[in-house]
Amino acid sequence: MSVYPRPLPMTPQMKSLRGATAISGIGLFGNGETPGYTEVEMLAEAAKRAVADAGLTMQDIDGLCTASVLSTMWPMPVIEYLGLNPRFIDGTMLGGSSFIAHLLPAMLALQAGQCDNVLVCYGSTQRSGTMNRAAVAAARRQMDPQPYEMPYDPVFPVAAYALATSAHMARYGTTRRQLAQVAVSARDWARKNPDAFERGPLSVDDVLKARMVASPLTVRDCCLVTDGAGAFVLQRADLARAGPRKPAYVLGTATACFHRQISSMPDLTITAASQSGAGAFAMAGLAPRDVQVAELYDAFTINTLLFLEDLGFVAKGESGAFVESGAIGPGGSLPVNTNGGGLSCTHPGMYGIFALIEAVQQLRGEGGERQVPGVHVALAHGNGGTLSSQATAILGSADTL
Amino acid sequence: MTSPTQGIQARHQQALDQGRFLIQHCAACGRHVYFPRAVCPHCGAGEPALVPPAGTGTVAAVTTIGRKPDQGGNYHVCLVDLDEGVRLLSRVEGLAPEAVTIGLRVRARVQLTDGKGLVVFDPEQAA
Repeated sequence: MSVYPRPLPMTPQMKSLRGATAISGIGLFGNGETPGYTEVEMLAEAAKRAVADAGLTMQDIDGLCTASVLSTMWPMPVIEYLGLNPRFIDGTMLGGSSFIAHLLPAMLALQAGQCDNVLVCYGSTQRSGTMNRAAVAAARRQMDPQPYEMPYDPVFPVAAYALATSAHMARYGTTRRQLAQVAVSARDWARKNPDAFERGPLSVDDVLKARMVASPLTVRDCCLVTDGAGAFVLQRADLARAGPRKPAYVLGTATACFHRQISSMPDLTITAASQSGAGAFAMAGLAPRDVQVAELYDAFTINTLLFLEDLGFVAKGESGAFVESGAIGPGGSLPVNTNGGGLSCTHPGMYGIFALIEAVQQLRGEGGERQVPGVHVALAHGNGGTLSSQATAILGSADTL
Repeated sequence: MTSPTQGIQARHQQALDQGRFLIQHCAACGRHVYFPRAVCPHCGAGEPALVPPAGTGTVAAVTTIGRKPDQGGNYHVCLVDLDEGVRLLSRVEGLAPEAVTIGLRVRARVQLTDGKGLVVFDPEQAA
């Protein structure tokens, strides 16, 4: 690409989306191990909770956004199962960034009057399902080949993230201890979240001494493998205000992508979050200093560092020292991944929807022991592929309108 | 202009199978391209021409992948920046995984296995 990274367009029409829609209902189901459930059953349980939370019934849902790692035509079985006849359908599959990336098309459809009540939903049995991750990886090699990378037997996705980590360490002096602190901060948050999957104590040394999966990343630098389902309802702001819950207004959102394979990433230390974050902040008319809590897709510890930099919370290369100071843990200056993140709370394969749901919970003040005081602006960021697709959302309370 | 009967991926692989490593060069913008494709990702021009690279490059990133000894032990994959400015995933032969470090100068070689060519690298001083 000639200009890198290119700024995303911000037209008056795009600006007018600020605060025009809101998340009015959220639902979670089956985090951890949920043997005996299928993926659509998981999804349906989360969807039922989100729809009820919004004060609606499933018959009110007239817009659907969903994606699946396994099914390429996933909206159809979901429509069939839930008994929907949606006027708006988005099945765009952008890996773990999908459900945050679904926001903008849904916002446009809501504003155009194409639909009123959009259900965004996901369910996965990655941990307990009959087709395990190795089998899925083997099938993917046939269905979705990467002939210039797979002959070298990289173990993806972890090896791709490890390669990016090695480049960040070489260029900026980032250390394994700093990476480990990302996992420790996530665990410290998870210990305050009764729904988190991993809640035992974890130290920097525990992370460093854990089994090396792909250097410099140990198994504790890697996200969990869990089952889980999440869903939310998006409505125009006026409808959301009439509902039973405090709306979480979408102040800004953007999605960006410029590669799929790690070998095609233009700069291993700069993700497309630099574009999606700038776009989301431009729509919101806000800056990183305005954000009280950030939910950043932490598939691996390097993700959190890269996104802190690319979203503008710290300068490029400074995230390691920032994290090492304790800034992102409980009591820190920028609470990050307050549910425990993909590293310690949940990771059924595509985590983005859970980052967004945690941002809503923090805005509502429903975080219990992990609640950050005075949250009016919360950022959620989704990552898909191997640092490939990036989607950012900035949510706000009524005070921010 | 007649179209070739095969796509660029097959023609690139056929060259590899004959021991020749080719990358692409875009006449429109002057930049090199890898992996091979039918459109220049830099400027959008039509299919860049297949050309031989100098073969020299630098390791840009590396990871050692943990594997049990009875399955062959640890191994590595790395990203190599060719001097033409393109990057590819590969491995460096003849070194322990930990000895492959960022900044190492390497030279490309086509490794043939059962008639199928694969680009690997050797440390430049040993080549």
